[in-house]
This record gives sequence, structure tokens and C-alpha cells, in this order.
Amino acid sequence: MTVSKEDVRITPAIVAEHGLSPEEYARIQALLGRDPNLVELGVFSVMWSEHCSYKSTRAHLRKLPTQGPQVIQGPGENAGVIDIGDGDACIFKMESHNHPSFIEPYQGAATGVGGIMRDVFTMGARPVAMMNALRFGEPEHPKTRHLVAGVVSGIGGYGNCMGVPTVGGEVNFHKSYNGNILVNAMCVGLARADRIFKSAAKGAGNPVVYFGSKTGRDGIHGATMASAEFDDASEEKRPTVQVGDPFAEKLLLEATLELMAIDAIIAIQDMGAAGLTSSSAEMGDKGGSGIELNLDHVPQREADMTAYEMLLSESQERMLAVLKPGREDEARRIFEKWELDFAVIGVTTDTKRLVVKHKGKIEADLPITALSDAAPVYERPFVIRPPAAGTPAYDKSKPVLASLETILSTADMASRRWIWEQYDHSVMNDTIQPPGGDAAVVRVHGTNKALAISTDVTPRYCKADPREGGKQAVAECWRNLTAVGATPLATTDNLNFGNPQKPEIMGEIVAAIDGIGEACRALDFPIVSGNCSLYNETNGEGIFPTPAIGGVGLLKDATKQAGIAFKREGDVVILIGETRGHLGQSIYLREIEGKEEGAAPPVDLAIERKNGDFVRRLIEQGRVDTCHDVSDGGVAVAIAEMAMGRGIGAAVGQASIPDAIGFWFGEDQGRYLIAVPRAEAQKIVEEARDAGIIVAELGRTGGDALTLDDSSRVPVARLRAAHEAWFPNFMKSEL
Amino acid sequence: MKSAVIVFPASNCDRDAQVALTEMTGKAPAMVWHRDSELPDVDLVVIPGGFSYGDYLRCGAMAAQSPVMRAVRAHAERGGAVLGICNGFQVLTESHLLPGALLRNAGLRFVCKPVPLTVEETQSAFTRRYDKGQTVVFPVAHGEGNYFADEETLDRLEGEGRIAFRYQANPNGSARDIAGILSQKRNVLGMMPHPERVVDPLTGGTDGRALFQSLIESLS
Repeated sequence: MTVSKEDVRITPAIVAEHGLSPEEYARIQALLGRDPNLVELGVFSVMWSEHCSYKSTRAHLRKLPTQGPQVIQGPGENAGVIDIGDGDACIFKMESHNHPSFIEPYQGAATGVGGIMRDVFTMGARPVAMMNALRFGEPEHPKTRHLVAGVVSGIGGYGNCMGVPTVGGEVNFHKSYNGNILVNAMCVGLARADRIFKSAAKGAGNPVVYFGSKTGRDGIHGATMASAEFDDASEEKRPTVQVGDPFAEKLLLEATLELMAIDAIIAIQDMGAAGLTSSSAEMGDKGGSGIELNLDHVPQREADMTAYEMLLSESQERMLAVLKPGREDEARRIFEKWELDFAVIGVTTDTKRLVVKHKGKIEADLPITALSDAAPVYERPFVIRPPAAGTPAYDKSKPVLASLETILSTADMASRRWIWEQYDHSVMNDTIQPPGGDAAVVRVHGTNKALAISTDVTPRYCKADPREGGKQAVAECWRNLTAVGATPLATTDNLNFGNPQKPEIMGEIVAAIDGIGEACRALDFPIVSGNCSLYNETNGEGIFPTPAIGGVGLLKDATKQAGIAFKREGDVVILIGETRGHLGQSIYLREIEGKEEGAAPPVDLAIERKNGDFVRRLIEQGRVDTCHDVSDGGVAVAIAEMAMGRGIGAAVGQASIPDAIGFWFGEDQGRYLIAVPRAEAQKIVEEARDAGIIVAELGRTGGDALTLDDSSRVPVARLRAAHEAWFPNFMKSEL
Repeated sequence: MKSAVIVFPASNCDRDAQVALTEMTGKAPAMVWHRDSELPDVDLVVIPGGFSYGDYLRCGAMAAQSPVMRAVRAHAERGGAVLGICNGFQVLTESHLLPGALLRNAGLRFVCKPVPLTVEETQSAFTRRYDKGQTVVFPVAHGEGNYFADEETLDRLEGEGRIAFRYQANPNGSARDIAGILSQKRNVLGMMPHPERVVDPLTGGTDGRALFQSLIESLS
């Protein structure tokens, strides 16, 4: 049999519609020694898409640190795996679903959650926690409310049904996302370290099995869509957004874990972007084998589907696996129990080719390396802009408390309770610190250990200075994990940028990756998985560079941890780290002076590490149970958040402050606030000074008001009312 | 006390119930699959939270038709104790083991948060270890917990002392702030808040322990 030549002749227009450049098409012709047919062209278009091939970023991603004694599996599998001791492993990854979520927010966000969960349970882990990093346009934009409502209910709708707690995340509003929101979801799972499943389809003659939901026509070319810029006609792409069914995914999760328990699997891969094509090619590629598929056996939801449609469908809740020969019937019984489709759809071969048959014809016959290794890698030209510098002028006489109250009720700083109360954050009954703190803390089930999880990036810093911003994203994540008492172990990165074919955007990517790499190395915080989302532009306008960092840390003793709320009256409030009053790119300048200007705060990684290690040791020793990192909004906002936690006030100040605005609202990095009983305070201050750490006593907790610099006071209840009101008020007109 | 936890497709608080029962009773409950038509010999059946059958059709409606629910109904008719939590409460109303229905939350959004409840009734196997009028804090996590029944039914529930728990700050629009109700024979309790999530001081508190202690005391 020869490869079927369809009636369709491949024209330059068809090549362009598949998102391939003329040069890329010529490369395909050269690799095959012939013209591809339409099915094969479709396969190349998804496998060589930015989304699947990382062709613009691969050369730079190689520079990131991915190794460490804690790393069991770095990038390259469905998710990263780290060692958390006692034979336990933590498996995690973050991934974007930006474009679909803008077009159809509920389904886009829901399937983003479903996709990242599959990546984690494909490796043998039970998902135990979800996080998300969301960026929306400015609140005044007419679409923002609708998008917030849809994304939040989509995340909740899927995650809640799965019974996996959504324990935190971050949300920003900025006009740079008006036409291109960001929805990044992170999943964290647990497995035994010796029971990790991978995707290498080793050996010939083994059955290739399909299980889960049926294949339909939804989501065809989703990966290609995710690799293109948006324009005003993008909503016409709604049919390429997949539709999720969390019920099917819950069954798939349980059935997959049950199948894993009988040790019948050689390789397994979820069908995510580019569906059957990508999963089979990746499995063959990693195993150094070939795969032959017969599409006649693929469970189909619709009649008369073509090979092209089946190969490119992104129908959700599907898995592909290679089984040990002879285990098919045992596997089938598991899927019958869970009422899911199961079919043997192919076999592994020794040809290193992906051969696809359908209705007696060979619809594709491609060397697998042509799809993976031979995919283009671009050293795209880049220009690194000089970072923004200086500090804009501001009015030094503005009253601090009035500004604090204003800031606490702005879109970016207001309480996110409206969001996280829509997520089941306590199911599985291991959530020790729910959303609202520095990091979520989730117990490792059945042990006295816990994982700390945080997602972080400050896009305005990244815009001003991508390199320093990249460093800061990693440092803040590390700091948030430290602030609850965890030892930071590893990260996943979700790199959201504009069009890499523009040298300035490529420059942002290169500089941010450099900064991330530098910080990860300095903090022993390797990157074990990740995802790039490029072409986040609408009508030629790029988003702020947004490299979100998701970090995981370990608390060896879950009872020794810290939370942000003041817990006792009379505690001494201590600021650890140096305050220079850095106001460039601060929340204060943006919200009070209307200026998004100046240098991003510099991150000194050596000091970051020193301060963090000091604070963590105090928490581990059980001497500190109240700690908050200082970030957006500076010391004033951090203290207000600590006070609002349980309604305990504080009287705080500094004897000689040259500039009150800079002191209270500056966003200098590497700082923490702790509150401890008086007897402990003296010792801690001395220990800090002995260690060469800058430390200052700011005052005492107590009462029901916050008093700054002896001059003015505000009831904590009033701050809390302002802080809590913004979100519900904003969303009032939308369900 | 011997117990069983029913597992429907997409039950997702089955493990939480299993863990709480194991810890509180010292014995692991039997996990019973929805297609089983018989129950093991147990004193207590727990119908856990989750999204049985994906909440398709109506929450709890398909679960109410499953083979295992015939056995649960027979167990209840014999006077056996049945505790339905969250989706389990929805299954119990759909199975007519309890009156009324759970509608979509008045705010039309899923709501997950700890809520203060008043223990209204201590004359039951589920609540005897609480004090009447005591405040307890349990988490809720549901999109459809808005208890509805006609006025006559509500009056009867009040009159017969069958309202076990009431919300102090109604999170979902439930009629008369009802969070949990007892059957006429007082051997079936359905409630939206999750007692099994408040048995551990590290993860939300211990206010739910007395509910399990009540059952142990009553049924052992």
C-alpha cells in the first residue's frame, strides 16, 4: 500500500492556513522526499506549532537549571517529579489555556484545568492540589467581568467535580491583557517515587490502547490557534475550543490509577494539544519505536469522521497507552467498570515511523523523528531594551493611612475571597492553609509532612526590566514558600509572552529566561516542568511579559508552620530585610500617583537566600508562627493583611524615617514581617544582627486598630471592609 | 460500630468519609460500589459528597436510581442509620428518604467556606453529644444546597424537632436556614455542611468529631 493521495492538492494557501511558513513546508518536502498529503500536512502543522515544538524558545530554555538531588524527573515528560522523602514523590506542572479562555471563558478555563490534571495523573500521581495564575484586562474594559465570571466558574466547575482542592493562585488586572487574558493552571500530585509512569513506547509488537471519552470534531487545530496572534475575528474560532466533561475525567482518573496498580503499562500519555497525533508521535519518539494506528478502532462520537479530523481532534478526557502484551483484557475490565471506552487501536513497531490506517488506506506514513527532532528550532533575532530606570517624582506629604485604605480596595490588591470561595479548597481534608496566605499548605496524606505551593510573577516589573522581573518572580515564589516555613524544592514555569517574531518581544523572552535561570540557580530551585505560551497579542499589541513561576516546597513537620494573621496581642512586629524605599514600578505609584514608571526593584539573590534561610529556621524551630512576606504595596499593605487576618490591630512605626511613603509602600525585595512574643523578639533580633541580617522592631500587636507612626489610626474592621468590598461590588452586575 | 460508605461514579468525598470513620471508630468502613445491590452488615451507611454521575439530570437524581440505593432504602426502613453529606443529602431527598429538595444556591455560585451552625436538635443518634443551641463551625462546599420544601413540610419538620442544624449566616438561601434534617424515625440525617472535614485540628477544626462520637455511642 502506498500513502493515500487525497484529492486536495497542497497549495501555498493551504500551507499558510496550517500556520506553516513556506520555508517550513520546503523542509517537510525535503524530509519526506515527496509532498505530504493533507492528513500529513495537518500532522506537521500541529507537531511543528510553537505550542508543541517550542521552536522559538527551545534554544533559550536549555539554559535553565533543571537538575538537583531532589529532581527525579525534569522537563520532557508530562510533568516534573521531585523527591519529598520517605519514598514519596511530588509531581507537578503549570500550563496555560489563554487563547481558548478568551474566546470561551468557561470551557477554556475548565479544559485548562482538565488538561493539567491529566498531565499529572498520567505519570501515576493522584492530584492533590490546584493553583491558578490569572490575568485579566482592566476592570473598566467591557469584557472583563464576563471573562472573570466565566474563567472562575470554569475552574471551579471542573476542579470541584474532580474533588481536588483549588488552594490558591494570583489574579491581576491590567489593560495589557484587555484582548488576551492569561489562564495558567497548576496541578500538584503525589505518588510513590518507585511508581512513576512515563511515555516512552519501548519495544515492538505491543498493543497501543485508547481509553476515556470518544473522539469528536471539537478542538481541531487548537494547538495551531494557540500559536497565532489574535485579531477581531478570533471569536470565529470558537469551534476550536474544546468542551470539558469533568465527570468523564473523574472516571478517567480513577480508572487510570486502577490500571496503573496492576502493572500492565509500558508507556502512557494523555491526549492534550494535538490529540492522538501528538501523543502517539511523542510516545514513539521517546521510546525510539514506531507506531501503527488503525483509526477504524478509535471510539468516535460523530459519524463519518475523516482521518484528518481524528488525528487533529482535541476532544478531552482521552488517554493513549502501550500495554504489556496479553494484558488487554484485564485493562478492558477496568474501563468497563468505570463505563469508559477502551479500544486497542494500534501496535508498536520497530520502523520508527508513524503509520496511520483508516478504512483500508494508509492516510499517513511519516518518520517520527521528522515530527519531533527535525522540527525547526529558531534562533530568533532579539533586541533587549534598556531597562526602565529611576524613580518618578511623587508627593511626599500624602497621608499614609488614607493611601493604604485606597490601595487595599484596588482591583489588584483587594481580597480575592469572591474567587476562592467558589473553589472547593477543603476537599480531601488535607488543606492546612487555604487560599489567602503567602502559600497554600497541603498535608501529604497520611503523613505529618506537608507541601507548600505558590504561583508568582509581577508583570509590571517584567515589563520594566524583564531580567530583573524574571529573577523577582522566582525570588517571590521562593519567599512565599519560605514564609510558611517550607523548604523550597523546585518550580514549574509558565512563560507567557507576545509574538516572538518581533525582536523586542524575543528580547523580553531571552532576558526573562536569563533572570529566571539566575535566580533558580542561586536559590537551588530548579525548573522541572513548564509551558510556553507565545503570540499573546491582539491586533499587534503584546501583553506584559508574564513568566509565571509555580513553586513547591516541603514542610517536614506540618505542625511547625507560619501563617500571615496576627495571633496574639502584645507580639513584637519585626521587619527582616533592608528597606530602602524603592518606589519604581510600585503599586503605590500606580494607584496613588497614576504612574507606571521607574526601575523595577532589584533582587539581591544572596541576601534573598540569607534572609529566607534565617526566617525558615525560626519557623522550623517552632519559634515563629506569624510571618508574611513583603511584596506588592510594601510594609503597610503587609501589616494591614496581617491585622485583617483575625482582626488584631497593631501600633507600628520607625523612629526616624526620611521618607514615610518610601518606608511604608516601597517594594524592596527579600523582606519578611514576623510577629513574636516579647521574650522571643529580643533573641531573634540579636541572632539576626549576629548573622548580618538587617532587622528592625516596628511595634506591637494589639487593639482593633492599625496605628502608623503614632500619628493616625484606622480601625482594622474599616480596612477589612474596604479590602473585601471591591470584588463583590465589581462583579455585582455579572453572575 | 460498623459502617459503610457508598461510592458512586464521581463521588469525591468518599475517601474523606473513609478516613474520618476509620479514625473515629478505629475500624475501616466497607466501601460499597454503586452497582452492588446488597450492603454488608453495618450499623451506619454514609452517602458521601461529590458529583455522583456528574450531577447530570439533577444532583442526586441518577444516584437515587442506582442498585445500591434499594439496599440503602431497605437499611433505613429497618431502622439503620444513614448519613448523607452534601451530594449525599441530595441523593437522600431524590430517594425520598428525606423530604424536600436542594436547589441551586440563591447566589447562583458554588460556595466553599467554613460556616457557623446552630445545633438545633440533640435527640438523635447523630447529635446527642452536642449541646442544644451549641455553635459549631463546619465547611460547606456546594453549588446546590438551597433547601426547599413546602410550608407545610417545613412546619412539620419544625414541629417534630427534625431540623438538626441551622445556618447562622445562610450561605445558600435555604428555607428557614436549614442546614440538615432528620427523617421521621430520626435514623436518617441529611446535611449540606461537611462534618467529615472537621475531625482534625490541623485541617479546619474538630467540631465534627462529636457527630461521629454520637453515632458510636448510639450504635455500638
